[in-house]
Amino acid sequence: MKRLLRWVVALGALLYGRMLRRRREKRERRRIVPAGTPERSAENLVLALLGVATLFAIGFIVAYAEYSPRSLPNELLGICLGMCFLFIAAALAVVAKRLVVTEELEDKYPKVHEEEQLQVAEIVHESGGRITRKRLLMGAGAAAGGALAAALGTPAASLGPVWHTAPLDQSPWRRGKRLVDEDDRPYSADTIEQGSFYTAFPEGADKDRLGAAVVVVRLDPNGLQLPAARATWAPEGIVAYSKICTHAGCAIALYRKPTFPTLEPHAALVCPCHYSTFDPARAGAVIYGPAGRPLPQLPLLIDDAGMMRAGGNFSGPVGPSWWAVRDHKAD
Amino acid sequence: MAERDPLEDPVHFVEERTAAAPLLRGALRYLFPDHWSFLLGEVALYAFIVLVATGIYLALFFDPSTAKTVYHGPYGPLDGQQMSAAYKSLLDISFTYKAGLLIRQTHHWAADVFLVSFVMHLMRVFFTGAYRKPRELTWIIGLLMLFTALPEGFLGYSLGDDLLSGMGIAIAYGVALSIPVIGGPLALAIWGAPFPGKPEFWSRMYIAHVFLLPILIGTLIAIHLALVALRHHTQFKESPRHTDRRLIGVPLFPGQTPRSLALMFAAFGVLFLLGGLVQINPIWQWGPYHPYLGTNGAQPDWYLGWLIGALRLMPGFDVTIGHITLVPNPFWGGALFPLFVLMVLAVFPWVERRFTKDYAFHNVADRPRDAPTRTAFGVAFLSWVFLIFAFGSADRLFVLYGLSYDIQLYAFRIGIWVVPAVLFVLTRRICRDLQAAERVEEIQHAAEEEVARERLEAHAGIT
Repeated sequence: MKRLLRWVVALGALLYGRMLRRRREKRERRRIVPAGTPERSAENLVLALLGVATLFAIGFIVAYAEYSPRSLPNELLGICLGMCFLFIAAALAVVAKRLVVTEELEDKYPKVHEEEQLQVAEIVHESGGRITRKRLLMGAGAAAGGALAAALGTPAASLGPVWHTAPLDQSPWRRGKRLVDEDDRPYSADTIEQGSFYTAFPEGADKDRLGAAVVVVRLDPNGLQLPAARATWAPEGIVAYSKICTHAGCAIALYRKPTFPTLEPHAALVCPCHYSTFDPARAGAVIYGPAGRPLPQLPLLIDDAGMMRAGGNFSGPVGPSWWAVRDHKAD
Repeated sequence: MAERDPLEDPVHFVEERTAAAPLLRGALRYLFPDHWSFLLGEVALYAFIVLVATGIYLALFFDPSTAKTVYHGPYGPLDGQQMSAAYKSLLDISFTYKAGLLIRQTHHWAADVFLVSFVMHLMRVFFTGAYRKPRELTWIIGLLMLFTALPEGFLGYSLGDDLLSGMGIAIAYGVALSIPVIGGPLALAIWGAPFPGKPEFWSRMYIAHVFLLPILIGTLIAIHLALVALRHHTQFKESPRHTDRRLIGVPLFPGQTPRSLALMFAAFGVLFLLGGLVQINPIWQWGPYHPYLGTNGAQPDWYLGWLIGALRLMPGFDVTIGHITLVPNPFWGGALFPLFVLMVLAVFPWVERRFTKDYAFHNVADRPRDAPTRTAFGVAFLSWVFLIFAFGSADRLFVLYGLSYDIQLYAFRIGIWVVPAVLFVLTRRICRDLQAAERVEEIQHAAEEEVARERLEAHAGIT
């Protein structure tokens, strides 16, 4: 009897042990990401795609190494690198669609942490418990901080002349300066023909300065409508204006010569950026487009040798308009 | 003996040193709602990665200097010409260094694609109301990023010192000068002297283009993504299970990772194919810039087209009192217009809330029809900006199709006000009709079910 009891206890212990082990095994086998079924064909496809990508990458290296800089086709390099990326992308797309388990899971959107947000405010308030003159201290802190920020910002004034805006009015033109072309050859009056347009610079000046370049055109002297004060500015009907548009500073690169007088009654100087159009016969007045100010006119002279010279400085500041520009004179 | 997981040791190492296992586990199971339109922002991010990578490569060769030099190189038409070191180094990148042209063109294409996907992402977020509480900050950060990316791109194609880039900088100078009161001093501070400025201006553009603005964009991207992750993505109401409290999606790992990587590699691939096969900004054709040179038909990169359109569309006047020029003309189109668009977009979430009195949390995104007035406003506003953009190419339309520039000008000056108004009414109508149609469908569906049930009951009654 005792023996039997011992047997039963032993058996029970054995069964319980097996049960425990089984439960443990079961727990171990519970997965986070579901298993899904293997797909060898998809794996093969990924292998093939990655293989092609590898070949394109090698192709890029070979192309780079084989050709000289002058004969290396940019298209070949682009195709090799681009296709390498695209085949890797295709391989990853197959991985995403067929090899990796796509789970659709749920999650909660984060809530507002009511308690913590109160505590944040509380911590800040209570931390200042020993301070009696809070406002004064805060004000002093703000003053010091503001002054420091201003001090740190001050060196920015070295960036440019800042409030000293006189350079905006400067132009290299002076009375008597000869008009020269891009290759420094002086213009004589008889080379300026009607219907064409010429770019001129003051002799010896930096041609890239905004105030340097002028457009020169010859018009019919009878058609000129210049203000009385500028009556002598256009010898033989030759007029000169700043080549820089008063709208946004592009070069007046187009000259519209009327080929059909009824349709295009005016010869006109046109800026190709925003199509501001100026009338060379009427002191550079705006006849079309967004410019708000006429082109500054340069008075001209023809010297005894028949060469073109400036009769003075521009009628106003050159270049795009700015605050108070009309108060200024070309300098 | 059980096989040890090879990942156990490295994960254990990281956990012991960072205590970050819960964070990592959470990150792996971060959920992405599954909708194609949520990928537009990702494309922008991948284009940005290409921009940084190709940009670093270009910086190894580019010389941001206006020092005068004479070009001798493989590109015959410019041989012997005087030009700046900047322009010469770009010619060398294009013709002398192997793969230089590929990287340069890919960089330029990536900038254009970056802004395309950026704007499409912005439109998606707008029309689905995804900017609503609790995501207003994400929206604002995104707008700041866009308005940092615009000057960043502009500086990129301005650094070349070719004819086109110079014309662009001249206009930027004109716009800077036109800002009331501070315009003159501001432009002088930036350029260091009247246009074309001191040589230092080139250093200033360069540091802004390769350091200041990219760092700013990178920081804004980090904040943007952190905000997205903290509040999670929005989702569409695809089933009754999708609610403002419950999010349904694919986990970052393993589901989303290969998808996003595939998209990233596809974006890289397309950008390099474009860089290799489709010519963009062939700077050697424009020649070096001088302030006295200009060319007809010059166009900026697409994302600045709205500004050239606005500058051209504006009637010609300076605001003056007596002798004082208060507001020179370029200010309206070049400065105030983009600032106005930015402000409208920035305050929109708050203005909408004021009108709708809707102060609730929104994690479920609207379909455009769900908010007819918002959608109508968006379409109208977008069409307004788009028409101004379209007018920027009126001169090309004239050349290509013989449409008179003058007639286009006046048609657009009227059209930019009439078309948005018409579209507003039309869009709102369509949205409401769609809503009504849906309600009708629902009622029909319910009625059909009712009829079926009654029939079933009657049948049961008979038997």
